[in-house]
Amino acid sequence: MKYLTRDLTLRLDVDRCVGCGLCATVCPHGVFIIHDRKARLADRDACMECGACAMNCPVEAIEVDSGVGCAEAMINGLLTGNETCCGGDCCCSGKNEKDKETGQ
Amino acid sequence: MNVREQVSAEWGLGDYLGAIGVRLNVGRMRYRMTPGLYARGAPGPESPVLVTANYKLSFDHVRRALAGVDAWILVLDTRGINVWCAAGKGTFGTAELVRQIRACGLSERVTHRRLILPQLGAPGIEAHEVKKQSGFAVVWGPVEAADIPGFLKAGMTASAAMRRVRFPWRDRLVVAPLELVIHFSRMLLIGLVLAGLAGVSGWGYSGSAAWERGGEAVLLLIATYMAAGVLGPLLLPWLPTRAFSIKGAVLGLVLGVCGLAILGPPWSLPHRFAWLLLVTAGASYLLLNFTGSTTFTSPSGVRREVRLALPVQIVAGVAGLIAWTVAR
Repeated sequence: MKYLTRDLTLRLDVDRCVGCGLCATVCPHGVFIIHDRKARLADRDACMECGACAMNCPVEAIEVDSGVGCAEAMINGLLTGNETCCGGDCCCSGKNEKDKETGQ
Repeated sequence: MNVREQVSAEWGLGDYLGAIGVRLNVGRMRYRMTPGLYARGAPGPESPVLVTANYKLSFDHVRRALAGVDAWILVLDTRGINVWCAAGKGTFGTAELVRQIRACGLSERVTHRRLILPQLGAPGIEAHEVKKQSGFAVVWGPVEAADIPGFLKAGMTASAAMRRVRFPWRDRLVVAPLELVIHFSRMLLIGLVLAGLAGVSGWGYSGSAAWERGGEAVLLLIATYMAAGVLGPLLLPWLPTRAFSIKGAVLGLVLGVCGLAILGPPWSLPHRFAWLLLVTAGASYLLLNFTGSTTFTSPSGVRREVRLALPVQIVAGVAGLIAWTVAR
């Protein structure tokens, strides 16, 4: 199953890639393959922007705006400006705090 | 620091009841383990270390997969949230992992320097940073806990299939009831509004009309709601387009027509059209919310869909309510 792809934020800088293959390992949707010692986008449309690849790329060759991908969080975002909260009483910090620290 | 507890691989009655409960939103936010180091079987200094979240259901799946295996289970404090969601929010994260490694004195307990992390923890765990800060190398385990035995047998390598997250109909049905329970109060509120509005007649108000027409409407609404909440997730791949709001709208329209045909309330044609508008908007909203339970929807896509579909759903829902009240 695939979802809406028009606004996908995944970017791969092949020149910067060192071919370690970690992105292909951690991606749960087979977005990356390693070809000629470089990562390539084999199936970009399958990306769900979880951020695992960018988090684990040792040379920052991958960029993706990851976040909480549920409608509840987006609706909360429209209402309160805080898009990381999906309603649970204990889930509404963590990454949010980290984002504040990095000024995102 | 001491090992917290030696745990068995078997599930008791309480574990099964707990697992069913959290799927129905009963005690879900309190279904937690105390973070720390647990022993599965009789692990020694050479035994593997598996890391998981302190959502008890996550922990239970890991220990069940370790039947007949001596292993350490390191439980991070994710405030009772599962691995994938906690990783997305950063609580199943590098800092917490490094903190727990130190707090549990893991380097004195094992001689190797390897940690098996669930693959779905990767959005929160920076493997090279864990190595730098703790000396432990991260080995990415399989997506599903059930694949842990195969992963260990293959010398800690996961096959390509173990690295993929899927969303088969069984999983879709397992997560469907939670959404139904969570939104049930909102649906009931709409039902009560409907019942109240059913009594409006001309410039007066009729209690018996509210009871009769309202009763029919509430029954029909609940039936349609339950059907949409089960059939939406089940038929997800076959409902038209990729947009969940459109999938939901199509399903709502079909179920609305079926409901009117099967339960057959004695309503006029305009009254029936108003009803269809209402349930179409409702099912569209319900399925849009199901994006949060799936394994493949992206935040950018959901953001787009919420911004486009939510205003339409609200307008259609309110228009449906008014038209249903006015039409007789």
